[in-house]
Amino acid sequence: MEQELRDLYQELILDHVRHPRNFHEMADATRTVEGHNPLCGDHLRLFVKLEAGRIADVSFVGEGCAISTASASLLTEALKGKTVEEAETLLSKMVELLTASEAPTDPMALGKLGVLAGVRDYPSRVKCAMLPWRTLEAALSDDAPAAISTE
Amino acid sequence: MNAPQCVTTWDVEAVRADFPILAQTVHGKPLAYLDNAATTQKPNAVIDAIAHFYRHDNANIHRGVHALAERATIAYEAAREAARRFLNARSANEIVFVRGTTEAINLVAASFGARFQPGDEVIVTAMEHHANIVPWQLVQARTGIVLKVIPMDESGALQTEQLAALITPRTRLVAVTHVSNALGTINPVAELIAIAHQHGVPVLVDGAQAVPHMPVDVQALDADFYCFSGHKLFGPTGIGVLYCKAELLESMPPYQGGGDMIRTVSFEKSTFAPPPQRFEAGTPHIAGAIGLKAAIEYLERLDRLAALRYEQELLAYATERLQTVPGLKIVGTAPEKAAVVSFTIDGIHPHDLGTIVDRYGVAIRVGHHCAMPVMTFFGVPATARASFAFYNTFAEIDQLTDALHRARDLLV
Repeated sequence: MEQELRDLYQELILDHVRHPRNFHEMADATRTVEGHNPLCGDHLRLFVKLEAGRIADVSFVGEGCAISTASASLLTEALKGKTVEEAETLLSKMVELLTASEAPTDPMALGKLGVLAGVRDYPSRVKCAMLPWRTLEAALSDDAPAAISTE
Repeated sequence: MNAPQCVTTWDVEAVRADFPILAQTVHGKPLAYLDNAATTQKPNAVIDAIAHFYRHDNANIHRGVHALAERATIAYEAAREAARRFLNARSANEIVFVRGTTEAINLVAASFGARFQPGDEVIVTAMEHHANIVPWQLVQARTGIVLKVIPMDESGALQTEQLAALITPRTRLVAVTHVSNALGTINPVAELIAIAHQHGVPVLVDGAQAVPHMPVDVQALDADFYCFSGHKLFGPTGIGVLYCKAELLESMPPYQGGGDMIRTVSFEKSTFAPPPQRFEAGTPHIAGAIGLKAAIEYLERLDRLAALRYEQELLAYATERLQTVPGLKIVGTAPEKAAVVSFTIDGIHPHDLGTIVDRYGVAIRVGHHCAMPVMTFFGVPATARASFAFYNTFAEIDQLTDALHRARDLLV
């Protein structure tokens, strides 16, 4: 029991919950998107500063469960300095990691982000991990909406 | 602290034996089902009644002349009579079958609300479920009515004395929850109804969270509308009851059009059946009504006052035990409460709590409980909620408490 739960709430995840990285507003962000999960009330605001096709800076604020907070924090860490193209590739890999019917063969190929793979055993929690990534998807699209929500 | 011994004559083990779903393990632990405000479990009597109907009596009602149609019609109308008896309505014609409490309120909003004028007012409480807010906002969008709110205090108790001041000559309806699903608060509906009636204003009572816990007498309350859901009353989903005083129901236009609700139909004009048929267009949930009747009869065989006393002991025990968890705050501490405990724990999001206690076999609800204004009032995005029925045990409360301690060990 303890071990199963520890597979979900790994130390790395708990560290990001207790000390979320890049957890602040950004006055000079070029894209700001609200992500909202109406079913559980999780919401976050993702700030992205795009410069010449590169994510010069990314941050978030908001309120959510451990899984969505850690997912958002890990996202900001992974994306800083990446090109939009690299970010989109990472996004599709994360979607696959969290939602594909086949279990990932090597979750750690995604580095730290692989710790989120544990959520696959908790179907009702997948949307928590997905929220920051869906919000990123919206922020990177050319006609970025002001807000998105996930079910 | 040990669980109280022999404080009641309630034989919980005998009652549990009537509910087959309870005897299972979840993630290798005994199931502690503490999500009864979301939906209750079903006794064998209900499961068997539904199966018996489909095995032996299934037919459409009110139109066939064959044996099965007659049996089905008699069973369906017997369910209406059971609902009448359950609420102590004057007449079975005051009982309309609906899908649930939500549909009952939408029916009243669409039909009774059809005559509202711009500037007319509907008064609700600060602790309503979305089902008693959104239907009125739909009327508001259509007609321009004004929605007013009776406030509550920091304990989650309604400020009943505020009602009289909110009522004006434009007030058309007071619509209040009997028991708050998110907080457990029991509202003084008899008093609210008396105040509203002094001003000639009818009252709708959302009884979804009340009828599973306490006997309700609509005549004693003098309620104009009273509604509840079968599935929160140990019956099936998809069936519920709207009680409405006969003279009021007579005056209301149809809700939906179709078969079974008409007297005559031509392409020029149709005339409508009297209540309750006027409000039951199309084939209803016949098996659901029969299952609800079985649930009502099951409750009638129990000592409901003993059940209520037992639930109040569960509530007191849970309130005491949960407060041994560091950082735990109970949301909703009104003096009069049904057996519902909403809470938060510092540093742990309710969603994580729900996932963790589930792994210890405990089913609770986490989220906003379809009462977002209540969450906003208490300044929380969500709570965890344990809600009890008369088949729950003191040991299950210990199981929940232990699981919450484990959650803290893991996350804090």
